[in-house]
Amino acid sequence: MSTTSALGGAIRRREDPALIQGLGRYVDDIKLPGETSAAFVRSPFARAKILSIDTSDALAMDGVLAVYTAADVESLGPLIAQLSFAPRPLLNGGEVKHVGEAVAMVIASDRYVAQDAADAIFVDYEPLEAVIDLKDSLSDRVLIHEGSESNTIISWVGPFGAEPEAQQAVKDGIDAARERDDTVVVSQEMVNQRLIPTAIEPRRVLAEWNPGYNTLNVWSTTQIPHALAGGIAVSLGLPTTSVRVVAPEVGGGFGAKLNVYNDEILVSWASKQLGRPVRWVETRREAANSTIQGRGWIGTATIVGTRDGEILGYDFDGIADMGAYTQNFTVAIPFLGLFVGSGQYKMPTYWKIDCVATNTVTTDAYRGAGRPEAMYYIERIVDMYAREIGMDPAEVRHKNFIPSEEFPVAISPVGFAMDTGDYAMNLDALLETADYAGLRSEQEAARAAGRLVGVGLSTYVEVCGFAPAGLADLGFNWGTYGLPTAFNGSGLVRVNPDATATVIIGTGPSGQGHQTTWAQIVSDRLGIEVDNITVKHGDTTDSPVGIGTFGSRSAAVDGSAAYEAADRVRVKAAKLAAHLLEASEEDIVFADGGAHVAGSPDSSVAWGEIATIAYQTHKAPEGTEPGLESEVFFTPANATWPFGSHLAMVEVDAETGNVEILRYIGMDDCGNVINPMIVDGQVHGGITQGIGQALFEEAIYDSDGNLLSGSMIDYPIPTAGDVPLFELHRTVTPTDVNPMGVKGIGEAGTIGSAQTIVNAVVDAVAPLGVTHIDMPLRPRRVWEAIQEAR
Amino acid sequence: MEITLTVNGQDVSSEVESRTLLVHLIREQLGLTGTHVGCETGYCGACTVHIDGKPVKSCTMLAVQAADTDVTTVEGLANGELHPVQEGFWERHGLQCGYCTPGMIMTAAGMLAENDNPTEDEIRHGIEGNLCRCTGYHNIVRAIEYAAAKMRGEEPAEPDWEVAQ
Repeated sequence: MSTTSALGGAIRRREDPALIQGLGRYVDDIKLPGETSAAFVRSPFARAKILSIDTSDALAMDGVLAVYTAADVESLGPLIAQLSFAPRPLLNGGEVKHVGEAVAMVIASDRYVAQDAADAIFVDYEPLEAVIDLKDSLSDRVLIHEGSESNTIISWVGPFGAEPEAQQAVKDGIDAARERDDTVVVSQEMVNQRLIPTAIEPRRVLAEWNPGYNTLNVWSTTQIPHALAGGIAVSLGLPTTSVRVVAPEVGGGFGAKLNVYNDEILVSWASKQLGRPVRWVETRREAANSTIQGRGWIGTATIVGTRDGEILGYDFDGIADMGAYTQNFTVAIPFLGLFVGSGQYKMPTYWKIDCVATNTVTTDAYRGAGRPEAMYYIERIVDMYAREIGMDPAEVRHKNFIPSEEFPVAISPVGFAMDTGDYAMNLDALLETADYAGLRSEQEAARAAGRLVGVGLSTYVEVCGFAPAGLADLGFNWGTYGLPTAFNGSGLVRVNPDATATVIIGTGPSGQGHQTTWAQIVSDRLGIEVDNITVKHGDTTDSPVGIGTFGSRSAAVDGSAAYEAADRVRVKAAKLAAHLLEASEEDIVFADGGAHVAGSPDSSVAWGEIATIAYQTHKAPEGTEPGLESEVFFTPANATWPFGSHLAMVEVDAETGNVEILRYIGMDDCGNVINPMIVDGQVHGGITQGIGQALFEEAIYDSDGNLLSGSMIDYPIPTAGDVPLFELHRTVTPTDVNPMGVKGIGEAGTIGSAQTIVNAVVDAVAPLGVTHIDMPLRPRRVWEAIQEAR
Repeated sequence: MEITLTVNGQDVSSEVESRTLLVHLIREQLGLTGTHVGCETGYCGACTVHIDGKPVKSCTMLAVQAADTDVTTVEGLANGELHPVQEGFWERHGLQCGYCTPGMIMTAAGMLAENDNPTEDEIRHGIEGNLCRCTGYHNIVRAIEYAAAKMRGEEPAEPDWEVAQ
């Protein structure tokens, strides 16, 4: 029961005053005496044998402290990663596997000297044939990893968990439907291109070894401070308790900062070797060719259905690009796609993806991570099916939804138990709010006037707050880093002697507003004002072990832990308040900075008095333990499954191929909302990243594996001039797997938007005969599609 | 070589290399870390400061080029008070991770100094040289509209987020 309005309030963010005045502290703002700088020498070849490395000129330069190559760091082992099928060396001294792979590290007195010295290192390479194309990799014509039998690292197949014979039976059923005379088959190969996450703050690391205390302090732009501390400790052979990781303000993550990187280990190790602090500052070019990338799928989606809109089967056959190695979640990303492979629909689904290695940067989680890709394929092909049978795309979707009566715990066609949902209700709300019929009339009028105007729809379902715990047994766990392995959330809530409260969490935000949201959660439970609650995050010292900030999991999982911790504090506080008020603890209500007896607000006691006797227990009932705090680990029973529907209206310029977004309307359902201002902000940013994929962004490799779009000039992310104001609305279908009924919203916008835009653009140019255009829909590509169709 | 300039109203003289970037002078030598580095190619705008009152990207300018100029960084924008643009960013959730924010605020303040009644389109084109990866720009536009209203002495429009049912 909520006793204040803190949950649901659009409270101004508490982190903002520092950030708007330039007083926030990011890693690069922290300075230590005696600092040195690291720079890396990186391979210019996608695949090559290293013949020799000459470091003599660099070592002779003034200000150079050390140069390290593979042999120096062999004892540290390969990079720590969960589900590591292709171990990545910290520095490669044998066969490099992608452009940008590090082969040497320089430590020098400052950044300019370090870069000069890196430039002076001569590496002799023997170039080898690189494998870049996904189908080429799948053919195993050239094997990327010596000793491996195939470039295919793993294949994920759904219905997940079914026996192979049962999976084959589903496929056979779909194939049989294809052969029927009364069915329509719509099939399209589509590319879901590679993306570069492009947080505005590149990655940075600062490490300081303190020999007196045998401790290592590391400041890093990380989404996973505890895992990083564990990873460094394992590599350096230190107890985890000797490594303190701090993630101060982090300038955007989006998955790019969700790995333990070789530079983080190497800089830490160098600091220990040299007895000096070492800093590494990633350049934008390095952010493109040595930090992870995302997406990178090619696949064929096929729908078999009746002429009146009943889908009889969905078949997806894809290849996903893992890049050169497997890092933290690399092979898990397509698996997350499988989770939502059948979207919101109830239809026989056979879904298969082969995860293959290539000589490119390793892929991993980028906002949405597998789910935007999966949703793109199903929502594009449903649209194409609707067009083929001449039915409105909203109506086709409506006909095939998983019925609301099947929730809670509907089992999706790909084999996963989903918490709550009401898809028809949500789509209806969108269509009504947007005046869908009105938009179609507007479109007709525009077409009559010779304009290419399109309306695009997409529904989506996603999965976040990962659970159940049993997934850990499949290898999706953090045991490698010495962390709890059952998708736990954690939080510590303490009421201090001065009646303020402190919340300590083991994760940290990169823009999500944890300081505000967690204060709202605890304020709701305890009736302590938000302004009197401090949220400490991103520091492994004394914080409960936390997995990290990713997968839209924070509010649902870590927030639930804080919620329950606050409740436990409240139970104890109620006993103390009852003692002070000479009342029964069942009658105690917390509100307005204190507690009172239900029904008699005058009989009240301030939090200060409760806190006082909590710490001066000689004034409390006998047997009271001193202190007023609780630390909780929350293990969710299931993941949450947010959903929604999006609509875009676009205009295509037939002369130039330029796409303009006229309207963008969202109807998202993330369950209960803690702070609507923050939730909307997440959706705005998410949609814009999806628009970036739909219209602009692409990591382009040439056939030799050179990244042709490695700067912000040739990798254009959306600017303010590229996007409209967003019209956002919500339906509310709370989850039943956590106490607040919240599902998660960090990735929803991205998962719903790319195909919404592509569906709208194809709708605009469909009268010309265009049926599909691969992303990104840059003007030239749209213009060419129009020319080809004409 | 030694250069002199004014930074946030203070006279400063500094010894720099000819290749030292202005942003490195500001951040490393003067310790003003509110000005951020995002791309080092003049594209993202996180490093925007004012030089003689005009927004400039300090990562693509050499420190020596700023000799004898008047530089204002985000720390000096309102000297401990909040500039209407800063207030607008706070009130309208114009920032998430905050990394692009100082540059974005400096650009917006420079724009509003010339035109305190911009259209949505003018705002969008005015900040096109500053990239944000978090907000989708929606609330940045709203924040700048808020600031413009304040600067005109008008009441800003209500926020447009739906409060939960």
